[in-house]
Parts: sequence; C-alpha cells; structure tokens
Amino acid sequence: MHDIEVVINGERTKRRVDARKTLADFVREDCALTGTHLGCEHGVCGACTVLVDGEAVRACLMFAVQVDGGEVTTVEGLGGPDGALSPVQDAFRSEHGLQCGFCTPGFVVTVTAFLRDTPNPSETEIREALSGNICRCTGYQGIVKAVQRAAGDAP
Amino acid sequence: MSSSTAGRFVGQSVLRREDPRLLTGQGQFVDDVQLPGMLHCAFVRSESARGTITRVDVDAARALDGVVAVLTAADLNPHAGSMQPTLLLDAPGAPLRPLAEGDVRFVGDPIAIVVAESRYLAEDGAELVEVDIDPLPPVVDPETAADSEHIVHPELGSNVGTDMPFPRSAELEAILSDSAHVVTETFRQHRQTNVPMETRGIVASYIASTGELRAHMSTQNPHEARLAIARVTGIPSHLVQVTGRDVGGGFGQKFFTFRDELTIALAARRLGRPIKWIEDRRENLIAANHARVDIATCTFACDADGMLLGSYIDHIEDSGAYPTGATGGAGALVGMLFTGPYKAGAAAFRSRAVWTNTCGRGAYRGPWMFETVAREQLVDATARAIGLDPLEWRRRNVLRAEDQPYTMPTGLPIENVTAAETLDQAAEIIGYDAFRAEQRRAFDTEGRLLGIGIGLYVEPTAMGAMDPLGTDTALVRVAPTGKVTVLLATGAHGQGIETTMAQVVAEELGIDYDDVAIVQGDTASTPYGRGTGGSGTAVIAGSACRGASAEVRAQVIEIAAHLMEAAPDDLDIVDGVVAVKGTPTRNVAWAEVARISHMETARLPTGMSPGIEATFTYKAPPFTWSNACHICTVEVDRDTGLVTILRYVVSEDCGVMINPMVVEGQVAGGVVQGIGGTLLEHVVYDADGNPLTTTFMDYLVPTATDVPVIEYGHIETASDTPGGHKGMGEGGAIGAPPCVFNAVADALALVGVHIDRTPLGPEAILTALYPDPGT
Repeated sequence: MHDIEVVINGERTKRRVDARKTLADFVREDCALTGTHLGCEHGVCGACTVLVDGEAVRACLMFAVQVDGGEVTTVEGLGGPDGALSPVQDAFRSEHGLQCGFCTPGFVVTVTAFLRDTPNPSETEIREALSGNICRCTGYQGIVKAVQRAAGDAP
Repeated sequence: MSSSTAGRFVGQSVLRREDPRLLTGQGQFVDDVQLPGMLHCAFVRSESARGTITRVDVDAARALDGVVAVLTAADLNPHAGSMQPTLLLDAPGAPLRPLAEGDVRFVGDPIAIVVAESRYLAEDGAELVEVDIDPLPPVVDPETAADSEHIVHPELGSNVGTDMPFPRSAELEAILSDSAHVVTETFRQHRQTNVPMETRGIVASYIASTGELRAHMSTQNPHEARLAIARVTGIPSHLVQVTGRDVGGGFGQKFFTFRDELTIALAARRLGRPIKWIEDRRENLIAANHARVDIATCTFACDADGMLLGSYIDHIEDSGAYPTGATGGAGALVGMLFTGPYKAGAAAFRSRAVWTNTCGRGAYRGPWMFETVAREQLVDATARAIGLDPLEWRRRNVLRAEDQPYTMPTGLPIENVTAAETLDQAAEIIGYDAFRAEQRRAFDTEGRLLGIGIGLYVEPTAMGAMDPLGTDTALVRVAPTGKVTVLLATGAHGQGIETTMAQVVAEELGIDYDDVAIVQGDTASTPYGRGTGGSGTAVIAGSACRGASAEVRAQVIEIAAHLMEAAPDDLDIVDGVVAVKGTPTRNVAWAEVARISHMETARLPTGMSPGIEATFTYKAPPFTWSNACHICTVEVDRDTGLVTILRYVVSEDCGVMINPMVVEGQVAGGVVQGIGGTLLEHVVYDADGNPLTTTFMDYLVPTATDVPVIEYGHIETASDTPGGHKGMGEGGAIGAPPCVFNAVADALALVGVHIDRTPLGPEAILTALYPDPGT
C-alpha cells in the first residue's frame, strides 16, 4: 500500500492505495467519482479519459500511485456550479452528441482538452482528435457537430 | 402523401432530458451501484472450444485471502431452473446450464465463479483455479456443421437446430429454369458482435429473511429479466425486483437475459450476499453474443425486361453453442422477407440454423437483416447480368403506392410503405446520374475506382404478431400538484425515452412537457411490458401512453365540466388550462382540477373516485412496416485496398416522427454500425475454435475518422397505429451493409472483379483485385 496526495477536481485528498490500483478504479471506487467509465480497460476506447495535470490520459492505463502529487480533473469537475453545463457539455446536448451516454464523459474530457489546445479546429482535426474515443450509438455525427459548435461558442 | 403535423411537442426536436446527468458524470450505470457488504465476481472460462473437463481444482483459489467463495457446476447447476427467455420457453434450444459440467462447448464457456472482496482479488482467485480439459475436435464452420461427425450438443443429436422449408411450387420451378434471366449467387456475411460501450453487468442481492432478490442490471428489458431470474432461481417473480437506471447501449444484446447474468443471480441466491459482476471487454467480445454469420445461395429469375418473376433463397445461420432464445437467430424471417420491397412473383426458401462450438448467436440490431443483405446484393448482381443500371432495375420492380396493400409470396401483408418514394428521394439527394458520369470520367481518364450502391428495404417493426413483444402498458398518474408521472416498462439504453414519451404525453394532455416525468427501467414501480428493442417504443409504448393519456384527459375534463357547470364536449385543455372552447376566460387550471380531485373530493362529480390516473395496455398490429433507401458512393484505392465512403444518404419513412433529432440519431448510429460491420469489424476464430479478436485492437469498431457525414431525407407516411408512428431503431443497420457492399462491388466491376462476401477490408479488396500474388 502506498500513501498518495492528489488534487481531484480542485480538492486536495490523501489516500492509501494498492500499487496495482488503476487510476480509473481509484477515481471510481476510492473517490466515488463514477462519471469516469471503463469501456475496454486496455486503452483503446477512451471512455475513462481524465485530465492529469491538464493532459487527457486514459485512466485505465495509469496507476493511482502515478498521480501522487498531481492534479486530476474528471468529468464531474468540468461543469459549473449547481449542475450548469460547460460549453462543451452544452454543445453535446444541443447537437445530440450522445445517446446511451456511457462513452460521453471520455469524449467530453477529450474535447475539453482538445479545444483548449486547438481553439479553431478544422473538421479533419476534429475527427482525428476524436479518433481515440469510441462511441457505438451516434455514428459520431452529433459529436463532430458538437465540437464545431463548442469551438464557435468559445470566447 | 406526406402528413407532417408537428404538434407543440410531437414532431419537435426537443433536447433530451437524459443528457445533463449523462454529460456531467451523474448517470447511474450498473457498475456505479454499491451495496453494503457487496462482493465481486470473476468467471473462470474455458480456453478450449470443445472438450471433456477432467479436473477443476479450486482449492488454491479458495485459500486465497479475500476470496469468499468459488462456485462450480456442482454448486449451482442442480438448483437452476430454465434459462430460456419467456418468449421462447418452449422452442427447441441449446441445453443451457449455469456453468459448464462434464464438458465445454466454446472458448469462453463459464466453468467457475470466484467471489471475492474486490474484483482484483476475484481475478487473482480465477487465475488459481486449475482446469484440465481433454480437447475434442470442434465444429467451427457453419457450412459443414450439418454433416460433421462431431456434435456440439450431444443431447440434441444433431448440429442442425432448425430446418424450415418453404418448398418450391411447380410454377416456381418452371420460372427458375425457363426465365430469360436467371441469376444465382452465394453470399457470405461474416461474424460480428454488438459491442455496447457498457459491457453486461449485474449487482444481485438476496435477502434471506424476506425471500426477495434484487438485481441492478444493464438491461433493455427489466421485466423479462425479472421473469428469467424468477425461473432460474425459483424465487417467485413478485419477490424479484430488477432495476436498470442508465444502460450503456445494447443493440439487442441486453434484450433477453443471458446465461451469465442469470448464473450470477443464482449465485447470489445461494450465497445470500450482494455480488457484483461487471463483464470485461474480452468476455464481451468472446462470450456475450455474436451475430450476422449467414450464408445463402439465392436466385432471381427475371423476364427479358428485368421484371422479377420468381426467387429462391437457401439460408444457413450459425447459432454458435449457447444462444439465448432458441437458436438465437431470425429463423424463417430471412426467407419470409427475402423479396422485400419488390413485386416478387413466386418465391420459396429454406432456412437452417446450425450449432457450432463458438459464442452463441444473439439479437443484433435487425437480427433478420440478411434478407436485405442477400436480396439487395442479388439485385445488383442481377442488374449487372441483365445490363440494367441497379437503380433502373429497382424502379421497374419496386412496390408502388398503387400496388398496396400487397401480399408477399410468403404471405406477409405490406401496406403504407414508400419504397419507391424513398428510392427516388435518395437518388435525387445524392445526384445519381451525375455520379454515374463522374464515375465513368474518373475511371476512363484517371483509372480510379468509384462506385455507387443502393440498399432498399421494408422493415416489419413493433411486431404484434409475436406475443408479448407487441404489447405494452402505460400508467399515467396525476399528483395533487397537477404534475404527471408516467410509468413505463421500457428499458431505455440510448433512445431518449424519458424525453420522447414525455413529448407524447404532454401533447395528448395539453400540459407542459416539463410537467411530465417518465419513470422506467424498474419492475417494482412499472407495469409489466415488453422492454426496449425490436423497433417498438414509438408504436407500442407510444400508443400505450396515448391511450392512458386520453383516459386521464377525459377524467380531468369530466371534473372540470362539473366544476364549471359546462358540457364536457365544450371543453379543451391548452397549456395546462381547461377552458370552454371559444371562451377562454371560462376556465379552471389543470393543477386546480388535480388538487380538487385529491383534496376536495366533495366537489367531484357524484360517484367519481378521488385522484386522477389511468392505465392503458396497447397491442400493436401484427406488423407496422417502415422503409428506407440507403445510397452511398465510395472510392476503392487500387494500391492500398482501402474503401473510402464519399457520401452517404438515407431516405426513410418512419411515419410521424416524435422527435426528428432522435430519429436521425438512431439512423446514424445504425448506419455506422453497418458501415463498420461491412468494412472493419470481424470476429475471427481459428480452425481450432480459438477467438483471435479479443480486444479493440483486433475487433475494429469505427471511429470518427472512418465515417462520412450522413445526409437524410424524410418521408412521413402515417401508419395505422394511434400516433401514426413506425419503428425505426434497427433500420440503419439493416440498409447499410448491402449499400456499402454494392458500392464496392460497383467500383470493382469497372475492372471486372466480382465479390460475394464480407468483410471488405483492405486485405479482402487487394485479394479480390490481385488474386495471384505478385501480379
């Protein structure tokens, strides 16, 4: 067991974790942040994407001990107070960028980081940025449009 | 023909009320459920496709710290009732059992369950279970399974699960031998799987003191899960509660309740402790269900002008070892629907399902869709053989309005379909003739292989023909505040039912959409019903909602008429106010009527019970036909074999749309599954029955870079059901595969290359283009 100290969604927390506990399981089980979902547990589907020190990473491919001293943002940390949606979240809703919603947190986190780094993306850039996340419901039609909308709405 | 009658809510692209919770991580999927004292499970599964179990040693696993129990067949099988679904309890099926006993029949066959304090420890324990299996030769190839000396299920004595003939008449024999054009093809469709992003899962707890079992599940069909769990555990169904809050996709996989979840429920009953099983992706890819393994030799006979005179299809579907639900396939539906949207002449079929030592077949978005695959691909082959453009062949043969109602040669009646109109609309949108000119130019001047393909179909939805799949019940209840709660048996998993059914109820009641809540996905609070699947919600649940709403509306008007001393026929409800038509100042608020119905019952009409609510059960007609035409254009790269979809058009008729945004979302999702299924996705077994595609690096699901923008055309022809809706959840996945195949075949025909099977990945294309290595 290892003692770690992490800032999660702006709150500093100290925990004791198994060396082999993945970041995804740590977030879900130890921190009760169940918005981060596990779709494959081998780093392909992107459902578990979270921000670690601002970078989008697959939480199923990291161990919790690796974020010791770092900062983690999950989908729960992206919205405004009292349930307000972030611009990316709102764009997903407006463009029907989700159906079952299981992959959605991973997309929202991925797109949030992507638009921060690429504020005016082309459609090709958008599709490439999304290509590390799998959605089985939407055929990506609404997701691509949501990214375009969120980019346009960005200040 | 078009009857677009958008109401205040019905017909509007209302944004989904499900979305805020799902977008912020506040959804509740099955793995999010935590119960006090909950334990975690992992299955030990067979690594052999077929063989005799000679030893299962669980001692080391049981001795591991944190492992609470290791269950084998001896612990569970003697206590298990039937594992077949309610719909198919009496149909001949595989001898399902909770855990493998004596032998194993596919790679992934569950042998033991390790129950531990965490999933990590359960997996540690599973690795310590020692299983010895004497391997036997497996049956892997469905085309030779019927004649194999090796029998998948010794209890059944044969590898043929079903064999349904619809024999050829003497008239058809003559047509098939004497017509001007007789074209026969053998098409092979490859193995695919549903891949919901949320795998299967269940949290089951048994409360010994009361004899109750509660299950949180990822399910499309909570009431079926309740009945199935009751049967397998022996617990009376009224003491079983199944809840599915948010469900991360299913596409058919979660409609029936599969062996694994039932086995966990049985384990919970035996252990008396809450246990959670969340399937991992490898299990989902090898042991949930497979689909689409179909082979058919089919024939069209046409006259000199290409008019279809007769047809025959000889179809084999692979059931795998343990499908849930008889043979797991579509059975005779492929043969019965084979002639689809065409004036068909005479027809006959044979349909067989065979057992193999592979993962069981299961429902996947349009389980019978091979009728469209085989027919539409044969249409193109026939048109090419005759020298007609495939669009022209379809225009000559397609069912038109004046041909309806029409009875298929197999006896199915078709009406209210617009196959001809969607064909024309899709061809217009994509610019069919202009593309043909560009295709010719690109080939002649640059040697590029462009192609265009069509997939045209009619789809039987909301099948009232098959009890209980065509029946649903809605309970509409008005609270003392006037707010409305609707209880539905559905198991939404992406369709937006909490939004669309609230649109329907608000429209019918004349109140605000935000004043209607939908409760669903829970057996304790909702009436029995069919679940969500089979393209049924709009027609069946929607009609149940309309019926119950009409009764509630009548109750409100009766009370209001009494309060206002007006005639009920003179009253209307608009925007939450009951008013005299033409005199809106004479009114009473909906909420006031609701309050009085509970709180001032002396003011109710004589003899009227307090409260306002109604339950309505709706049974759909045998078939409610929807239809669509898909047309896409592709380019085939002669150097890499890569197929790129240039444009993709869907023209569809699902009757009156409740929410066009949701309709287009369903179409898009189905289309992309069909594109993926044709170009990328392929479950592969080796000759020994070992699955080779056990991760998302091997089983390729489409990503955003693999799919085109989908263009839509809508034709709204009302069905005869109360809202005028037609089912549409599955159609996208039915039309897309032959559409893409035909486009690729069209491109390859430019260089005289013929294809007859999928998938159409680069390797398959290059092999077709360059059959001799080195040339």
